[in-house]
Amino acid sequence: MKKLLILGAGTAGTMVANRMARLLDQTEWQITIVDQHETHYYQPGLLFIPFGMYSKNDVVKPKRDFIPAGVEFIMSPVDVIEPEHNRVKLVKDGRYLNYDFLVIATGTRTHPEQTPGLHEHEWFKSIYDFYTIEGAVALAKHLRTWQGGRLVLNVVENPIKCPVAPLEFIMLADWFFHEQGLRNRVELIYATPLPGAFTKPIASKHLGDILDRKGVKIEPEFLLMEVQPDAKKIVSYDEREIAYDLLVTVPVNMGDESIARSGLGDELNYVQVDKHTFVSPKHANIFALGDAAALPTSKAGSVAHFAVDCFSENFLRYVDGLEMLPTFDGHANCFIESGFGKGLLIDFNYEVEPLPGHYPLPGVGPFTLLQESEANHWGKLMFRWMYWNILLKGQEMPLPARMSMAGKWGK
Amino acid sequence: MATKTIAGKTVQVNDEGFMTNPSEWSKEIAVEIAKEEGIAELTANHWKIVDFCRQAGANGGKAPTLRQITTSTGVSTKEMFALFPKGPAKKVARVSGLGKPEGCV
Repeated sequence: MKKLLILGAGTAGTMVANRMARLLDQTEWQITIVDQHETHYYQPGLLFIPFGMYSKNDVVKPKRDFIPAGVEFIMSPVDVIEPEHNRVKLVKDGRYLNYDFLVIATGTRTHPEQTPGLHEHEWFKSIYDFYTIEGAVALAKHLRTWQGGRLVLNVVENPIKCPVAPLEFIMLADWFFHEQGLRNRVELIYATPLPGAFTKPIASKHLGDILDRKGVKIEPEFLLMEVQPDAKKIVSYDEREIAYDLLVTVPVNMGDESIARSGLGDELNYVQVDKHTFVSPKHANIFALGDAAALPTSKAGSVAHFAVDCFSENFLRYVDGLEMLPTFDGHANCFIESGFGKGLLIDFNYEVEPLPGHYPLPGVGPFTLLQESEANHWGKLMFRWMYWNILLKGQEMPLPARMSMAGKWGK
Repeated sequence: MATKTIAGKTVQVNDEGFMTNPSEWSKEIAVEIAKEEGIAELTANHWKIVDFCRQAGANGGKAPTLRQITTSTGVSTKEMFALFPKGPAKKVARVSGLGKPEGCV
């Protein structure tokens, strides 16, 4: 029996397990997936929790429900990967798992303790995150009774998981405070290390204009040095200070520590792999997919989905001794919730930045690109059902894995 | 592709003024770009960072991110802001004749 070992049963790992269980001959292959947590979070839904649109129950399901029959699921943290022995040591019982092929899908998570003053006595009192279920739920509770003041949203350092989520948060905050009748008592500031609203110039301009219309002030190129939790202000390395009443943070994101222990990671514990095929340049039987990979594309579920599409076909070629094709193009496709029942959509890859236009989708589309519309909002809400029922289970989606220029307006 | 004459040499640059061919770079060019960026003189400490970036660029073909620079050289982020004020990773990439760092996507 050949052994395919998958580390991480999050979005990418679960999709790979499902896809491979279907594509590989089960009399020849044994597939094993390892994770340390029981619960799968629908992470795009965390954004809606602070504003009371979703509750915790809307975003959690047991991971086991999504692991297909025939795939062995082991609950344990990973101690270390030993590529020279083709094996992984687990924390639980010090057990070793041998592999012929290894897929690393251990993701990324937030590290508020990396920033002085952030994760101290004011954590979950006047400082919150919304990238964890605990943070999102605590912030929801805080916002229910908040009487207004200055809300500062800060991204500590890039790259982060879902680079559009901070924008969505601040636009939903604008809508939420309008609904609460508080908007005239709330000042919204978005302090970002980027030179503008987003990473790429055209989208940054469009999104910057929208934030401007919504009365959100952007503080660009703000690289956070420290939080002063008692004085309630954030200070940048170039000594700009912003006072706040409520600080919402997107902390430093880092890959799993087992990657660092295994000597496979970069300075943020992400695994370096070929950007078109996901194979490690050092070990020809190790791949990294999803947020765990050090690739110049967004860390997002849509990217993981397109990556799994490309990887699956290539993996079948690879194990049959054929060359892998450089199919993955960095494709990302993200709904951006903008409040008041509207949303935007962006679609881009390694080479093409997000452009305005239309995104064709037979039956339900087209969706408008980089412009607000109600259809985009419904697309975003519908997506939760698709995530649990189609995407995670590795079923085919009617979306091409590679980006298309159809409908996009050129420069 | 636009070109620009820096320190008496014509080099290729992109819209944002980043050199696009690292092999056209020279120390004299670095000194001139640094002046454009408001750094009057490149000290030994500046050169330590520039040398690291040149090395990283030669190995990976890309400009290192701020975190890569601080992790690898031991120079703190605070010192980086003192050496290359306002956006040190971007500034040192320009001085080193490399593209804009890809840290943000």
